[in-house]
This record gives sequence, structure tokens and C-alpha cells, in this order.
Amino acid sequence: MEASMRMLPALLLPEIIVFIGALAVLLGGSFLPRRRQWIARIVAALALLGAAAAAISAMFAPAQTAFSGTFAVDTATGTARIVTAVATLLVLGVASGEIAASPRESDTYALLLFAATGVMVLAGASDLLVLIAGFLLASIPLYGIVGLAGGRSGAEAAMKTYLMGALSGILLMLGVTVLYALAGGTGYALLRETLPDAPGAAVGAGVLGVLAGLLFKAGGVPFHFWVPDASQGTGGTAATFLTTVPKVGALVAVYRLVDTVSTGEDTLLFVAAILATASMFLGNLAAYWQNDPRRLLGWSTVAQVGFLLVPVAAAGRSGLALPSLLFYLAAYAVTNVAAFAVTAALPRHRELAAYRGLVRARPGLALALLVALLGLVGTPPLAVFVGKLTTATAAWDGGYGWLALAVMLNSLLSLFYYLRWFAPVFARPHQGALGFPQAGGAAAWPAATAGVAAVSSLALGLLAGPLWAALEGPLAM
Amino acid sequence: MSMLSLIVFLPLAVAAVLAAMPAIGPTAGRWIWVAMSAAELVLVGVVWAGYEDPGPSGLAFEEQVPWIPGVNSSYHVGVDGLSLPLLAMTAVVFLACAVYALRDSDRPRVQAALFLFLQGVSLGLFVAADLILFFVFFDLSIVGMYFVIAGWGHGNAARSALKFFLYTFLGSLALLLGFIGLYVAAEPHTFDIPELVAAAPLEGSALTGGLVLAAVLVGLAVKTPTVPFHTWLPPAHTDAPAIGSAVLAGVLLKMGTYGFVRIAMPMLPDAWRAWAWVIVVIGIISVLYGAFVALAQTDLKRMIAYTSVNHMGYIVLALGAVGLLADDAAQARSVAVTGAMVQMVSHGLITAALFLLAGVMQDRSGTYDMGSYGGLAAPASRYAALFAVGAFASLGLPGFSGFIAEFQIFAGSIALAPVTAVALLGILVTAALFLRALQRVFTGPVEGRSPGFTDLRPRELWSVAPLLGLSLLIGVLPRFLLEVIEPAASALATLVRS
Repeated sequence: MEASMRMLPALLLPEIIVFIGALAVLLGGSFLPRRRQWIARIVAALALLGAAAAAISAMFAPAQTAFSGTFAVDTATGTARIVTAVATLLVLGVASGEIAASPRESDTYALLLFAATGVMVLAGASDLLVLIAGFLLASIPLYGIVGLAGGRSGAEAAMKTYLMGALSGILLMLGVTVLYALAGGTGYALLRETLPDAPGAAVGAGVLGVLAGLLFKAGGVPFHFWVPDASQGTGGTAATFLTTVPKVGALVAVYRLVDTVSTGEDTLLFVAAILATASMFLGNLAAYWQNDPRRLLGWSTVAQVGFLLVPVAAAGRSGLALPSLLFYLAAYAVTNVAAFAVTAALPRHRELAAYRGLVRARPGLALALLVALLGLVGTPPLAVFVGKLTTATAAWDGGYGWLALAVMLNSLLSLFYYLRWFAPVFARPHQGALGFPQAGGAAAWPAATAGVAAVSSLALGLLAGPLWAALEGPLAM
Repeated sequence: MSMLSLIVFLPLAVAAVLAAMPAIGPTAGRWIWVAMSAAELVLVGVVWAGYEDPGPSGLAFEEQVPWIPGVNSSYHVGVDGLSLPLLAMTAVVFLACAVYALRDSDRPRVQAALFLFLQGVSLGLFVAADLILFFVFFDLSIVGMYFVIAGWGHGNAARSALKFFLYTFLGSLALLLGFIGLYVAAEPHTFDIPELVAAAPLEGSALTGGLVLAAVLVGLAVKTPTVPFHTWLPPAHTDAPAIGSAVLAGVLLKMGTYGFVRIAMPMLPDAWRAWAWVIVVIGIISVLYGAFVALAQTDLKRMIAYTSVNHMGYIVLALGAVGLLADDAAQARSVAVTGAMVQMVSHGLITAALFLLAGVMQDRSGTYDMGSYGGLAAPASRYAALFAVGAFASLGLPGFSGFIAEFQIFAGSIALAPVTAVALLGILVTAALFLRALQRVFTGPVEGRSPGFTDLRPRELWSVAPLLGLSLLIGVLPRFLLEVIEPAASALATLVRS
């Protein structure tokens, strides 16, 4: 207890680095001429690399808490920090092609870094008030990022995201209020001690309120409506970021919360199983006849949140639950970035049919897309396969055999719409179709990012074994 | 790196190089493919020459490296009497395809890469001794074949490829679900095949055991395919290129039946016994349904596709019969398993040959319709001769591998359950349909598309003839094959019964 009462601000080094980086980009950006904004990009990238390095070195220390037990520094936080930093770095890669030398370039980078800080705080929060702080820090920059795309669709996407975020934020705070009233405090250690004696219905209401906020951040059912609109309406950079990075913090936070309040109580685990199933089915079925690749991917990410919620249902029941969630998050992040980066490399191709013949014109890009889509289906030996396998196993091991069946069924359902996209890629091109831009130019950055992310997705799958050992560690309380 | 890893990863590595280097010209691509397949055959030959029976539930040329230790899954490979014959058959069929494709002009470099990829994946599946590793290769074979059908097929190739992918992917997911069930039931949790066989984790739990077996069986039955999971097969074959059909029928279908002997039977012996009658009945239905529907076809390729349903049905029938309650029938059980294994090899060789021959028809005149030909034996005598040999081999004439297989299957099965004799009708119908096909296409006056039909070219001859020659060799001198299979077959039969 003594150690946890101390402040230990050094334990928050990754968050501090990214936050300071964001401030530097924001302030420095206003002094930079438009053609020199790449300097801001370099600063942002260095901050993210520094945060990742600090997070990796922190992983070697034993699990502990900082700021009087309100922030956990453990394997889960460490993994979320690294994934957040790396994924944001990849988003910068997408941005380098899309918004280089545009009026709001450095502002976008600052917002990305602020949001990334918020995501890291969400992942580590072991106190409800810190959770609120993380939620707001991760959400508010996001509204700005979505809106920066401009145009009518951008405005609509920002408005939807903002309204949904405001609503779920209120529910989150309402839930925190209820839990605070029941437990007499907001620290997770205290919640774990006192909530089992509190009235079940009230605890349930409070937890559901908090979950509402987190499900909005994750983009899971029933707070998912903004995801497809935002992915379609905003720019490639913003779409990639908001469908990838916030999920990392939100899902770790969901896991931490469920693990804390569900001790010896399986109602909440069942709720998690139901939410997972709903998200998987709804996301997959809604993706079926989408014709815009980004909108299709948006729905696919809703389904992926369902898969990511599967191990939450096994929290505390199976030793595989937490490591499988963390692995799946890392796998999902690189795979999803690869798919979005391909769409960013071909910004004018906004219909599935327009991808016809891509393999002949741009074989590298087609291959990256193939790896990304097969990866999202869960084809071995790509990384998401290991994630799906271990999460389904964790669910069955935790007593939810039917959830493992739902995972398999949904993988099959998802195959069809991913095939709708990549079948034309490998078909013979039509006469007079929209041509593909030559490799190089501004789109070289997103294309290269897609390649890097696709290769990472394969490497992560093949190296699952050695990495797995690093993911096995208890939650700090 | 040991022999087996070399056999699996060498074609994969060469495939990656071929795919990544457009500078390699078409001719070079084709010859690299042939050379690589020949090298694979040599490597498998070296393994066969150095093979010594590893004893019950042992593996030769074993190799194990931790892969995902968190779930006790490792890169674990090895061969025994159940896998070695299939390994050899796979190498032979792929080499035949490489030779057959020597004149293909449609993106030969990419095609070579794709087939080498499929070859590595298929060989990997047959040596896998870990369920996850098995699944990885199982799934990758589906992806590879999808691109073969979609990219090089004809007719409604895109649709057939999609149907193939969705259907067999469904099977693979059912299979994965079954694997997870086995993992969760085993104590300690593991995906290692020999460990799971030793543990037989669901012994005594009829309900879970039955459900897990059902998941595994559905997965394997789709791939095999048995009735009623066969509907993806005819369109896939009709629209696939000749070498695609040869690999699909010759090699990929065996992944299903191989899964029965490698996974379902030894790991779930209890459940296998409990459901043996159902499996036998499905086998009988597949045999009869496949034969009668094949009889009704006018399209030669569809006919061969349906005879595959029939021939694979014999295997299911024999393996089901092994689980039936019968006293003092250890010998019969062992014979039935041996017959099923020989049938896998035999069907691979013969059907690959028949599909390659059907491809010649498509090449020359663009149709498989048997009514469009007549008296083809006159302009294309070598073609007619080889086709006749293939047909006779397929209908199980003594002197060919099919006879050895079907004789043992029925000798074993009828001893265990006399009712299985009804499936003998299937042999009769197959004989009738092949004779009728021969008569319609090759005899009578030269008419339809037959005039001017060019006879077999050397590369076609040199791909098909060795396949049929091997079938003949097994039919006349089966000892070299049976000596490898029999110990493993009798060990499996004992495992299921004891």
C-alpha cells in the first residue's frame, strides 16, 4: 500500500512525452510556414517513438500503480501505450500523403497526439475520475479531427460523432456518480472491496452507464452509429485514426472495469458476452451491401469490436483472457491501418467496383489490401487469426462455448463482404474504367504505410509465440 | 532445418520469389516450377527411402519448435504410415500438373508461384502434428485454390470460386471450433496431436464429445466432400482450369479424409464409436448418390467430379465401419483402414489423370459435353487409350490401385457390418457410367467436334501417363505401399476399438 500512495509521476512518462509533443506541435505549428509543416510531423513522430520506447522499458518493471493508486502501470497499460503510439505513428504515415502542406496540418497532428494521450490514460485508469479525464481527453480532440475534413459530409460526420459522444459521456459520468455513491470512493481497489455488498441493481446501472461511455469510444453496439458515417465522411487520416486508436484504450478500460466489478459474479460477464455477440452480428450484417470501401470498413470495425469484447466475457475465468485481448488489439490495429491506408492511397476510388484490376496496375497495393482483408477475416498465419483463436478459446475456457461458436459464425459472415471487395481487385480490368494513379507522388506515403502495416500483420502472426510471453502479466490494482 | 521443413518451405520460398520478381520471364517461370516440383519429388523419395516405422503413435523425421506456447501450440511435424503415402502422392500430382502446364500462356510466372504455394501448403498439412499448424495449412489451401479458380478458370469462374471459398471456409471454421473444444477439454490444455491422441480428452463425456466430433466431422465432410456437403464441388470443378481440378480432386479432397484418420478417430474414439452408424450411412449414401448422379451427367468434367463423391464415399464408409461394434474383428478393422488409405492415394492419382485428360478436351474444342464428340478414338488414338486406361482404373478393375483399395474396403467393412454390401452397387454403376462415356465419346463414326482433334502432345502424355502408370504399379505390386500403411492402420484400428 505504501508504494501505491506515492505520486511517482515518472511512471507516466509515455503519456507526458506525447502530451508535451502535442503542445510543442500546436505552438510551434503556428510559427511554421505552410511548406515547413513537415517539421511538426517530425516532432510528432519523435514524440510517439519516444513514448513507445519509454513504454517498452516500463514493461520490464513489475506491475505497480501511480498517483495514489489511480493509474495502473502494468502489462495491459504497457501494451496499450505501445500499440497506441505505433498505430498513431502509422496514421502520421497516412497523413504525410493526404494533408501535407494543407492549412490545418500541424493542428491535426496536435489533435492526434492529444487524443492518443487520452487513449493511453483510458487504458491505465484504475480510478473512475481518471477514467473520465481520459475519456474527455480522448474524445474532444476527436470531434475536431473528424470535422477538419471539411465539406458537408465532414460536418455531418463531426456532428454525429459529437452528439453521440456527448450523450455517452453524460451516461459515463452518471454511471460514475452512481458507483461513487455506492462505494464511497472511485478507486478500483475500493470498488472491488465494497461493490459486492452493494445492491446489485444499482451496481448494474452504474456499470452499464460507464460501459456506455466506453462503448462509444470503442465504437461498439449500441453506441456505434457514428462509426460508419465518420469513416465515410471524414478524410483518410481521421478515418484511420478514429477506427483504430481509441478502441485500444477503450477496450482495455472495459476489461479493467469488468474484471474489477465482476468478482464472483457472472451477470456482468454475460452482459459482455451479449454485447460482443450483438456487435459482431450487427457490424457484419450491416457491412454486407456497402459500396463505399470506407463505409464497409467502418461497419467491419464495429464487428471487430464485437470480437474484441469476447475475451472480456472470460475476464477472471481464463488465463487466456487478458493476453488474448492485448494481442488481438495489436493485431487489429496494424491490420485495420493497412486496410484504411490502401483507401487513402486511392482517394478517388470510392466504390468497390472501382478497385477492379488493381492487381495488374499496382500489385504491391493489391497485395497489402489482400493481406489486410484476409487478416480481418482471421486467415492464418496473419495476426488477427491468433487473436480470434485465442479469444474464442478464452471464451470457451471461461464457460461460454456458444460465444466461441458465434465468433466462428461471424468470421464466416464477414468473409462474404471482404470477398466482395477483393474479388474485383484480382479480376480483369474493364474497358474505360477509372484508372489507377501511378505509384509515387503524394500517395506514396499511404501506400508505403499500407505495406508496412501489412507486413507487420504477417510478422505479428508468425512471432505470436515470443510476443505472447510479454503479454502475460497480472493487472495492477 | 530438417527434411520435412525443407519439403514444406522450399516451394513456399520459391513461390514468394516467383511472385515478387516480374523480371523472371514466362519460360523461366514454367521451368523453375517443373524443376522445383521434381526436386520435391526427389526429397519425398529420400524421406521414403529413409523411413522406418516409428511404432504406434510415433512419428518419423519428427521436429518440434515452440510457436505459441501460451496456448501450447508448436511447429510440430513428422510422418508415419498414414501421412507418408499422401506426401508422395501429392508430390507426384503436383509434378504432373507442372509438366502439363508447360505450354500455358496465361500469366505462367504467377501461376507457377500459386501452385508452388499450394504444394507447400498441402505437404505441410500432411506432416502437421499440431492442430493449429494443421488448420493454418487447411485454410491456406482454400485461399490458394480460390485464386486458382478465380484467376485461371473459365465459364462462371468468379461465382464458382466464391461458392468454393464460402463453403469450405465454413467447414474450416467448424473444424477450428472442434479443435478449440479438444484444447479446452484436454488437461493440460494443448493443441499437440500426439498429446491429444494419448489423452483422448473427451473420453466418457458423450454430449460434449458428440458435439466436438460433430464440429470436426462437418469441417472435414465439407472438404472431403460427402453428401450433403458436396454441392460446392461440381461448379468448382467445372469452372476450374484442368490443373486446378487435378490438384483440388487429387490432393485437397484428401485433406478431409486424412483429418478423419489423423484427428477425429484417434482423438475422439468414444464419440466415433457412438456415431459410427451415422458415418457408415453417410458413406453409403455418398457412394450411391455420387455414382447415380454421375451416371446422369452429360458434361464429362461434372461426371468425373461426381465420381469423386462416390470414391470418397468408400473411404468414409470404411472408416465408419471401423467404429462399429464387432467382436474379434481386429483384422477386419485393420484391413478397412488400410483400404481407405490406399483409396486416398489411388483416387489422387487416377482422378488427377482424368481431370488432366478432360482439360485436353477443353483446350482443343472448348467443351466437355460428351454429346459433342463421337468416334474420337480414330483421330486421337493415344488420347483414347489413356482415357480408357484411366476409366478402367477409376472403376476399380483388378490390376489397378483402385481394385486393391476397394477390395480391402469391402473385405473389411462387410466383415464388420454385412449391410455395407449395398454399396457394392456403386462399383457397378461406376463401371456402367465409364463404359457409356467411353462408348459415346470414342466409338462410332467420327462426328461433332472430333474431326481434326489433335492427339496428345508430349507434355500432356508425360504428365498423365506416369500417374496411370503408378496406379498400375500399385495394382500389380502393392507391397511397397501396404508395408508402409499397414502398421499405422492396425495401430489406428486398435486405438478406436480399445
